[in-house]
Amino acid sequence: MTFRTTLAGASLGLLAALPGAAQQSENAVRFAYGQTLESPDPYFTTLRLGVILGRNVWDTLVVRNLESGEFEPLLATEWEWVDDTTLDLTLREGVTFHDGSTFEADDVVYTLSYAADPENRIVSQQVANWIESVEKTGDYSVRITTTGPTPSALEFVSSQLAIMPSDHYTGPGGTTDADLPIGTGPFRYAEYSAGGEIVLERFEDYTATDAKSAASLDRVSIRTIPDQQTQIAELLSGGLDLTMGLPKDQADQLAQMPGVEVQSGETMRIVFLQINTSEDTPNPALQDVRVRRALNHAIDRDAISENLVGEGSNTIDTVCFIDQFGCTDEGATSYAFDPDKARALLEEAGYGDGLTVELYAYRERHISEAVINYLSDVGVSVELNFMQPAAMRDAMRAREVELAQNAWGSYSIYDLSASTPVYFGGQPDDNALDPELIETLKDAGETMDTEERKSLYQQALKRIADEALAVPMFTLPVYYAGAEGLSFDTYPDEILRFWEFSWSE
Amino acid sequence: MPIYLAKRFGLAVLVAFCVSILAFALLRLQGNAAGALAGEGASAEDLAIIVETYGLDRPLIVQYASWLGDVLRGDFGTSYFFKSPVSDLIFDKIGNTVILAIMSLTIALAISIPLGVLAAVFSGSWIDRLCSLVSLLGQALPSFFLALCLVMLFAIKWRMLPASGADSWRHFILPAATLGYYITPPFMRLVRAGMIDALSNDYVRTARAKGLPAHRVILKHALRNALVPVVGLVTVQLGLLIGGSVVIESIFALDGLGYLAYQAIGYRDFPVLQAVVLLLSVVYVVLTLLSDIVNAWLDPRLRVS
Repeated sequence: MTFRTTLAGASLGLLAALPGAAQQSENAVRFAYGQTLESPDPYFTTLRLGVILGRNVWDTLVVRNLESGEFEPLLATEWEWVDDTTLDLTLREGVTFHDGSTFEADDVVYTLSYAADPENRIVSQQVANWIESVEKTGDYSVRITTTGPTPSALEFVSSQLAIMPSDHYTGPGGTTDADLPIGTGPFRYAEYSAGGEIVLERFEDYTATDAKSAASLDRVSIRTIPDQQTQIAELLSGGLDLTMGLPKDQADQLAQMPGVEVQSGETMRIVFLQINTSEDTPNPALQDVRVRRALNHAIDRDAISENLVGEGSNTIDTVCFIDQFGCTDEGATSYAFDPDKARALLEEAGYGDGLTVELYAYRERHISEAVINYLSDVGVSVELNFMQPAAMRDAMRAREVELAQNAWGSYSIYDLSASTPVYFGGQPDDNALDPELIETLKDAGETMDTEERKSLYQQALKRIADEALAVPMFTLPVYYAGAEGLSFDTYPDEILRFWEFSWSE
Repeated sequence: MPIYLAKRFGLAVLVAFCVSILAFALLRLQGNAAGALAGEGASAEDLAIIVETYGLDRPLIVQYASWLGDVLRGDFGTSYFFKSPVSDLIFDKIGNTVILAIMSLTIALAISIPLGVLAAVFSGSWIDRLCSLVSLLGQALPSFFLALCLVMLFAIKWRMLPASGADSWRHFILPAATLGYYITPPFMRLVRAGMIDALSNDYVRTARAKGLPAHRVILKHALRNALVPVVGLVTVQLGLLIGGSVVIESIFALDGLGYLAYQAIGYRDFPVLQAVVLLLSVVYVVLTLLSDIVNAWLDPRLRVS
């Protein structure tokens, strides 16, 4: 009896010591992410979490309205292309950084010049390598000169180019004397330790605009929890309010649990099979357009998208995300699921007795398995090489890959220049190396006239589809699981806008 | 004794050196570091910058020599991934791992000593078999499975303990219980064998003949002698626990050395991984050396041989 009483007492004691599960009353959100952030500075991390923090702690000069597709003012109130390589911007007055210092033209000149200098080694060079120089034209105006016509310049300005205070860095590689980096965004860093917990607090003096409101939450804490089961356990036990990136089956099960709400949203990430048709292809059969068309007809993309990938996934006919500038499926050949036609095409190409291809993949293995089944049904036997992303990239760049299952997120950039040219524009990942395509995509990338640019992109996309240089499949959704009562919107760029989050009454 | 000590110490240094070469070679065999560090969507330009920054294009022997030279000067280098000094990272994380190791060991001993004593006292009976079964389960159950079961019960169902993190002592209970239960069997077997041996000794018979109560004979006379070999095993297991908590720390998102190593493997963060491996091998070697010295002190025959 005594033992039992002691045990019961101890249990109650532990229970009483638990932190209050209701973060609602504290107006805070506890979020878990699966990977460790290597740096609190968005210029020095490749993780999605880094992009998320970049948007919450910093502001960009302009911002894209994802509904209208138009750019809207943020730190810049006006902008104008003076000529093909000169962009003038007028800056907003009265904005302050988290340490109370005033935002002005010097900060923009400093940040963009730092990012553009390859010596400083920001992790994604393409974000700023189009900038030739930045000069101050007044206390609140700057002029950016580009290295050549860069129609997608505003895309980078609106997405990745967060503005830091001048003299933030002490040298290359993001070195700084500041304990915590500061920005002008709706949240400021309150805590950060390498691999440990990150805490954001609302920035009370944030300059709200139509494009970006002030934060409603007081606090956001972010922890790294690599194990998805542990994330779910924390969510169910009240130790967490939000997690993202769950697989469909687990999200479906979680949706049945009380106290948890699951949302899914389409993302910009497109899945497609890239076909090595280059001169060096290890499988010459892939140079035959009939074989490539057969591959396209053999796979039931709708069924995979609906049953395996889930809500939020849409099939695609071209290798780009449909909301990106320049992406269209108009005029491009669409290959319906038709195994008989696939068999006939293979027969016609001389592979009626069967064909063997190697498929390389580094993620979404369940999709690879489905693809293998569909292909084997029409007589194409597939050998799967499932590997680490870096190893697969090396193999692709050495043109050793026959079929590559890619999942490309375009760095969340709403411009086709961030997707199709990566795989068909003569860049290292291009396994088609089609001179006509390379030329068309290069022209489009340097054309400032929007209509002409659109038409060039359409021409390129049509050629890829007509020649069946790839098997476009579908977009991937992302699943978010949150505590009941947490209200937020999801976006295809997978960026959590914590300033829009709130707890319902 | 000094010659014996010098020999053991020389051997320990040699082991640590061999481990560092082996770790270096194995890590390089994993593939190129720049690719893993650069992330999925890296361009050739981004990769080239990483290779240049960390000198990854130099011959392996040059990379190793430069690393060893720095380590001998006390500089473990800078993490490729976190870009902060490796020694700072290790200093930040080692505390959690040591707490976890000590708690796990305490739990293991708290389970294995009573089970071992019970099994020995009732040797051959169903109690003996039950004790062996309970302890063997610890080794047979994969630790991640036990971890999930404990989380399901204590964190989700009863909400008594947090499921992950390292903010308070309560956060360590589930991971320590998982690890502790896992290392219970060798302790339990050692206690059981030692107790059976001790209970058959003359001094126990004498104690019983004096009319001492059974619990005093078992706990005071027999157990004390049976525990001597356990001390040696504790040092070895402590070394294993400090290095072997990679999986458990990752499952429980416990921000310790094992978790740091897990991240470093994923990102091919060579400086961190090499430092962790070297540190763990040194800890292990030092603990083994200590145990050898203690044993030699206790048993003069070892010194002579």
